[in-house]
Amino acid sequence: MDTYAPSAVLNEQNIIRESISMPNSPQNKNIGATLDKLFRYTTMFFAFLVFILLFGIIITLLVGSLPALKMFGASFFTSTAWNPVTIDFGGVVPIYGTFITALIAMLIGIPVSFGIAIFITELSPNWLKRPIGVAIELLAGIPSIIYGMWGLFVFAPLFADHVQPWMNDNLGALPLIGALFQGPPMGIGMFTAGFILAIMVIPYTASVMRDVFEIVPSMLKESAYGLGSTTWEVIWNVVLPYTKIGVVGGVMLGLGRALGETMAVTFVIGNAHELSASLMMPGNTISSALANEFTEAVGDIYTSSLITLGLTLFVITFIVLSLAKLLLIRLSLREGKQS
Amino acid sequence: MKGLDNKRYMRRKFVNGLTLSLSVGTVIFALTFLIWILWTLFSQGFSYLTLDVFTKMTPPPGSSGGLLNAIVGSLYMVFFATVIGTPVGILAGTYLSEYGKSGWLAPTTRFINDILLSAPSIVIGLFVYEVAVHSVNHFSGWAGSFALSLLVVPVVVRTTENMMSLVPSTLREAAAALGAPYWKVIVNVVYKSARTGILTGLLLAVARISGETAPLLFTALNNQFWSTDMNQPISSLAVVIFQFAMSPYEDWQHLAWAGALLITLFVLGLNILARTVFRQNQSHS
Repeated sequence: MDTYAPSAVLNEQNIIRESISMPNSPQNKNIGATLDKLFRYTTMFFAFLVFILLFGIIITLLVGSLPALKMFGASFFTSTAWNPVTIDFGGVVPIYGTFITALIAMLIGIPVSFGIAIFITELSPNWLKRPIGVAIELLAGIPSIIYGMWGLFVFAPLFADHVQPWMNDNLGALPLIGALFQGPPMGIGMFTAGFILAIMVIPYTASVMRDVFEIVPSMLKESAYGLGSTTWEVIWNVVLPYTKIGVVGGVMLGLGRALGETMAVTFVIGNAHELSASLMMPGNTISSALANEFTEAVGDIYTSSLITLGLTLFVITFIVLSLAKLLLIRLSLREGKQS
Repeated sequence: MKGLDNKRYMRRKFVNGLTLSLSVGTVIFALTFLIWILWTLFSQGFSYLTLDVFTKMTPPPGSSGGLLNAIVGSLYMVFFATVIGTPVGILAGTYLSEYGKSGWLAPTTRFINDILLSAPSIVIGLFVYEVAVHSVNHFSGWAGSFALSLLVVPVVVRTTENMMSLVPSTLREAAAALGAPYWKVIVNVVYKSARTGILTGLLLAVARISGETAPLLFTALNNQFWSTDMNQPISSLAVVIFQFAMSPYEDWQHLAWAGALLITLFVLGLNILARTVFRQNQSHS
């Protein structure tokens, strides 16, 4: 995009010349100034609209969640109850599920994204960079509902038949973490949800990591190679320290995605309002509770409790995504200073 | 070379080889899932993707039918969402790029926009439910469109700003030197130079909302029958897929697979188209 064909520029200049036929009449000048202001304020208005949207969302959800908050108070966030019949609601189970599935997604997603970013920036021959990059980005293009269907009909049965029995036998016997892997081989559950989330966040995290790895000055890398470092040592001791803020930013961005993802999780989480120690058991997340129950929720308190969950999710993702953004801004500021 | 051939050297070489192979492994890991998912869609959905899918309505359980009302409903909502969201996004993006050098509004909006870009779409659905469904007491296609348009805006704002900032300032100065007022500079010169980039953003936005389910669940709801009345609940492909796939009826599941293949081909097709358009423009200029 850095150079323009001269003919295109000339063409544009001609258009301008045609459209300003009488540049010197004072009347025309006035109209021009007015239109200028008008255009400026119009664009400003729409920018302001985007700005105000965030507060609109927060205030609307806050108003919607007032009935539940009034009734349960802070105990909404410490109670595991979820009973539409007795109208007793608490957010612990879905909030716990949201964090646990996102955590699993990150544990799997971070190393994989890191590996992909390394491959694309350091190892891949030039002709392969683009196809691999596009393929990984297509993974982000697949609608989340497709991940859900695939997870429920293809991945979950395979996982239940082949992986879960092995996990039960081998990991389930371990002290401390063993309880996490015990449970009936159903295929669906929190681990499956977390695993599918991992695949879904990989393209986002990998693409940020790739971008920040590319800003490392090649002189730094070449110096390390010149001292006899291996490729891995260059990555670990030069590239990673240089870009660590950006890498964390990319991780946070992926985490934000994982926390809020709805449809894929709804298919495979099992939608059970129970707290269980095992990752193999069905659970619930905020977003899947909303997707499953919101249209069927009867009564103000039930609806309002769900909206409170939605507000909680929004606040959590807002914090995570803000951190991601701030870290990435910091990296680019430092970048600007050095160059 | 004998001095180098010691234990330490071997270990470094081994670690290097191991980690780099793991890196290759992660790429294969990700590509496996891409191919696996696409393969599943083709093998499950292709045989059910008959003419009936495009000509018949969604059936009651246990009988055959198609997805026509769902496809049309989706097209309606995506169309209106794009029509509503695009001007808002382009104008807001224009402000950020052209007038955003000073003041607090531009940086704050840029920050908020980036957060909205990744905000959970189900929360957007919840917001629109409160604003446009709860207040009038009925679900509607307009509410669905409105929810989708809120997902279009951040994508368009972001790409518009990025693409307009890429336009060299010498072009703007040349136009201004000819006496053009700034708004004319923007409309006739900056928009014109950045239009392929803005179009790319638009295509990506359409691709994004075409596959969205969560924000439609409690805004547009669903409709088993033919309806193009945007004031009424309206069917959409994504919501129908969700409902049919989760059902115990085989006929419905088959239709869900056909719909899933259709929606994925559409979304990935748009993604690839957006990339090609952008790339051609880049190599052209």
